[in-house]
Amino acid sequence: MLEINNLHVKLEEEDKVILKGVTLSVGAGEVHAIMGPNGSGKSTLSYVLSGRDGYEVTEGTASLLGENILEMEPEERAAAGLFLAFQYPVEIPGVGNMTFLRTALNAQRKARGEDEMSAADFLKLIRAKAKDLKIDADMLKRPVNMGFSGGEKKRNEILQMAMLEPKMCILDETDSGLDVDAMKLVADGVNALRSEGRSFLVITHYQRLLDHIVPDVVHIMADGRIVKTGGADLALEVEKNGYTDLLNEVA
Amino acid sequence: MAVPKIKTDAAEARIAALQVPEGGGWITAARGDALSRLRAIGLPGRRDEYWKYTQPDSLIAPEAIRAAVFENDEGPMFADIDRLKVVFVDGVFDADASDDLAQAGLEIERLETAGQADIHWAKDLYGVLESHGQTPVQRPLAALNTGFARDGVIIRATGKAVKPVNLVYLHESDSSDAILHHCIKLEKGADLTILENGPAAARFNKVMEVDIAEGAAFHHVRTQGRDHERRAVTHVFARLGAESTFKSFTVTVNGMLTRNECVIELTGDDAIAHVAGAVVGDGDFLHDDTVFITHDAQRCESRQVFKKVLRNGATGVFQGKILVKKDAQKTDGYQISQALLLDEDAQFYAKPELEIYADDVICSHGSTSGAIDDEALFYLRSRGIPESEAQDLLVLAFLAEAIEEIEDSAIANDILARLEGWLGRRRR
Repeated sequence: MLEINNLHVKLEEEDKVILKGVTLSVGAGEVHAIMGPNGSGKSTLSYVLSGRDGYEVTEGTASLLGENILEMEPEERAAAGLFLAFQYPVEIPGVGNMTFLRTALNAQRKARGEDEMSAADFLKLIRAKAKDLKIDADMLKRPVNMGFSGGEKKRNEILQMAMLEPKMCILDETDSGLDVDAMKLVADGVNALRSEGRSFLVITHYQRLLDHIVPDVVHIMADGRIVKTGGADLALEVEKNGYTDLLNEVA
Repeated sequence: MAVPKIKTDAAEARIAALQVPEGGGWITAARGDALSRLRAIGLPGRRDEYWKYTQPDSLIAPEAIRAAVFENDEGPMFADIDRLKVVFVDGVFDADASDDLAQAGLEIERLETAGQADIHWAKDLYGVLESHGQTPVQRPLAALNTGFARDGVIIRATGKAVKPVNLVYLHESDSSDAILHHCIKLEKGADLTILENGPAAARFNKVMEVDIAEGAAFHHVRTQGRDHERRAVTHVFARLGAESTFKSFTVTVNGMLTRNECVIELTGDDAIAHVAGAVVGDGDFLHDDTVFITHDAQRCESRQVFKKVLRNGATGVFQGKILVKKDAQKTDGYQISQALLLDEDAQFYAKPELEIYADDVICSHGSTSGAIDDEALFYLRSRGIPESEAQDLLVLAFLAEAIEEIEDSAIANDILARLEGWLGRRRR
């Protein structure tokens, strides 16, 4: 599904290297988690994969289903099946949540040469999906993320994921700012989307999200590299001993 | 202070190119007074403070600069609304294209007809609010209009009008130079909507005087549509009585030069005046909103909301003033002007002014200019929305706050849909 090979990335504006050779392979239907201390490059990886400005790839490759995504515009990556659930979902005054989602869904369909979804079908679909995530009609009507609580913003991200049905979902610290109940709701939403043809890359600082979204593979990232890879129990080890012990052990 | 010769010379040159229309006693007197006003103040020059950001040359020149007629293939504006159409082609009344004025359900006649009478009630309005609006800031192009306008509409509403009056301005000649003057009187408790649309002429000078009596409500929605080369200067002069309402919204797309002045005087307690505008400018385009609101009564509310989206060297100007007189206590004044600059060549000049002599008022103003929010743009693109479409969404979102000022949601939606179309068309 997602193949990242020896990816080196620096900031465009300054000579700061963030990723120093990341290699990662996520198979179809798999859930991988990336854990690591602050500043290890986890979020940068998610931004580079989704095509945000401000980063320069100096070496290495990244492909989605065999296609080089690094050369694509962000919207092309989305149409190809990539989805990033933002750590800080953006508030967009004046753009209604429904308008936004419908425009996005139909733009992706158009890019893939599919028919647009009718307004009626869209409405039916979004109502059903929103209900599962306990998103009420008022939240759908409001401008994108405006006046949403932290938990509502994250649920809105998962709603977008559910509507757009991407193949490769990247969750960037989706657990940050969530209380236990909200985290459970978000995790249930993600778990409901797990399927053979859909993979996940869950970026998190803490192990607790992984209690709810149980990963197949856990990677530890430090200083721009994957330094250790293991099963779900690796996350428990981090929780118990912290990153320092683990990184000392690697060094 | 002596008026610079260059200004009086400009006025004489312009006057020489025009002819005072024939008319009855009342209007001839009003035109004569206006000409005296114009001669005394002269036409604006480049050094006028009030014209600092907008060059008046092409508006004051004796001859209008030619403007190729834009072939608009869109359906007529406001077509879905049951309305009384009054059509002017290059400033000349078109009876065939207009609806029967007798069927309007309110008193409406042409200025040309009213001007033939020896005496007419409009003598208390025609040129009166314009003349009053010449202080403290001079508006010579409005005086010129009063002196030379041949036509326009004279309306008196006594109750709730059965349908809106739609003034349609068509542009068919490359060299037309149109002057129209409207007088609208709303008697106590009356309710009237005026819709205006169309490019009007190569050069257009329009004045609308609106006298709103106690408890009356005046709604005004205007679209200055797609016609690339036209130039226009317009003035609205409004006087508001107690508990009356004035709401005006203008959307402007294209046009080389537009100066819209709005001069409002709140003379009765508890009156409300809202003025708003949305502008989309691309390339050789200058749009100037100049607003002057005087609070001269208690507990009145005024609100100005202006938004401009500019690209490719387009220029936006906003001069907005709130003057609160000494006894206008409990005034609530609000003013916001914002520009979205889509590239580095676009420019926005804003001059917000507050002058307050009362001590118990709330007045706030703000002005911003900025680029598209990159974070928002990336967020939209990351969901699969192509960059140009994402940009349009953000542009419409920016303009939405101004469009929300339109009370009639059907009209607001129509304007929003057209804006969407115009933005999309530019993309292709």
